[in-house]
Amino acid sequence: MKVQIDPGRCQGHGRCYDLAPGLFEEDDEGYGRVPGDGAVPPGQEQAARLAAANCPERAVVLTEEA
Amino acid sequence: MTVDDRFTGGFRKQGPPAGTRNEIVTGPVSDWATDFSHLEPEWAADPYPIQDDLRARCPIAHTGRFGGGWLPTRYEDVAAIAYDTERFSSRSIIMSNYRPPAETAPVGATPPISSDPPFHHDARKLLLPAFTKKAVARREEATRAFCHSLVDALEGADVVDAARDYAQHIPIRVIADMLGFPPEDGPRFSRFVESALEGVNLPPEERMARMDELFDYLYDQIRDHVDNPRDDLTTYLVEAELYGHKLQPNHVAGTIALLLIAGIDTTWSAIGASLWHLAKTPADRERLVAEPDLLPTAMEELLRAYAPVTMARLVKEDMSWRGADMRADDWVLLSFPAANRDPEQFERAGEVVIDREVNRHVAFGLGIHRCVGSHLARMELRVALEVWLERIPVFGLADPAAVTWAAGQVRGPRTLPLRLGGA
Repeated sequence: MKVQIDPGRCQGHGRCYDLAPGLFEEDDEGYGRVPGDGAVPPGQEQAARLAAANCPERAVVLTEEA
Repeated sequence: MTVDDRFTGGFRKQGPPAGTRNEIVTGPVSDWATDFSHLEPEWAADPYPIQDDLRARCPIAHTGRFGGGWLPTRYEDVAAIAYDTERFSSRSIIMSNYRPPAETAPVGATPPISSDPPFHHDARKLLLPAFTKKAVARREEATRAFCHSLVDALEGADVVDAARDYAQHIPIRVIADMLGFPPEDGPRFSRFVESALEGVNLPPEERMARMDELFDYLYDQIRDHVDNPRDDLTTYLVEAELYGHKLQPNHVAGTIALLLIAGIDTTWSAIGASLWHLAKTPADRERLVAEPDLLPTAMEELLRAYAPVTMARLVKEDMSWRGADMRADDWVLLSFPAANRDPEQFERAGEVVIDREVNRHVAFGLGIHRCVGSHLARMELRVALEVWLERIPVFGLADPAAVTWAAGQVRGPRTLPLRLGGA
């Protein structure tokens, strides 16, 4: 599973870094950011799904790998 | 070094302001679908049944009051308008009986909330670093100590007014600290807030006089910061630059007015509404006392169900919008509370589900105008509830009929008598 943030949609609500601080961080203006390549470590899949499901702007993109 | 004389002249414009005024209409609403008013007592007391009814049968209500306006009640309509800054302007975001002239755009009186693209982005960018989650976390310890001191002062009372004696003081203290205003001026801020948000249907002369009182105060504070710069947001704005120049004086004062007004009423309302819910819902209160880790989740649900803030927009050009025959300069009341209770978007939309995990609520708005203070508001709300529940785990409504709610675009309890302890 991978996570990405669509910078065209993100408005800095911060739900992703609130709910999944291991996967997302905030930049200097409060917008969400994915450090590294966005690969979700084992055990953090649920946090990734919660972050995506709670983003008011639908800016968190989840890619489920086969 | 040149002297900064931007703030020395009189700021008051001569004569009545340009723009248009309409007849003020007050009194009972005949039909909420054709004559709505968010300033009438029925709406203030309980707007949710009205919104639910409109969503089911309308869903975009109209009013001839305020010179004409619309009230969408579905999530998807509220979202579409929030995103559509091409056709809906923010040049006034308080639905009133006065429309500022079109030339006010794209800056507006209180940038960036009153600004349209492209200016909006640049004015907002100035503020963002001061309001990140990391930046506001530095205020958490002082906020917690202040909340404890407020609870200390309630010691010994059986019944307290949690809106007046607790919730109100927290955002006032935090924003006064951030702006570098004297903490003892707090009581004046409540009056400024009330004038701006609840004084919408006052006669224009009185409304203008109250606004002048606010801006007189702000210019005094700004001049004091010009003379004595310090490490706070006021000095930051006085010294900030945009497009290679220091900000226009009305931009500095307008932004400070925004931070003061929007920083207080909103969070005061969210804290108060949360305590009101917990006071009347012992199961939720007991669960949060037993499971403090649930609070961040619960808080989002309380923000969804009792979202304090409604915004407004002005229609730019005549158009038919999703069946509504909108005219240029019609208001649109952008009800985030109504969107948050749309059953098409939320399961059990009308209930508080205290452990709701999937909660894409819009209490802080959507799109480019997302509340710039949302991280600050969340910190204040969390700390205020943590301290209250830790110190006063048992409480209930002393007199449900005595609870009063603010009318207008920011809704929350203004009188909230709570009985403390198990007695």
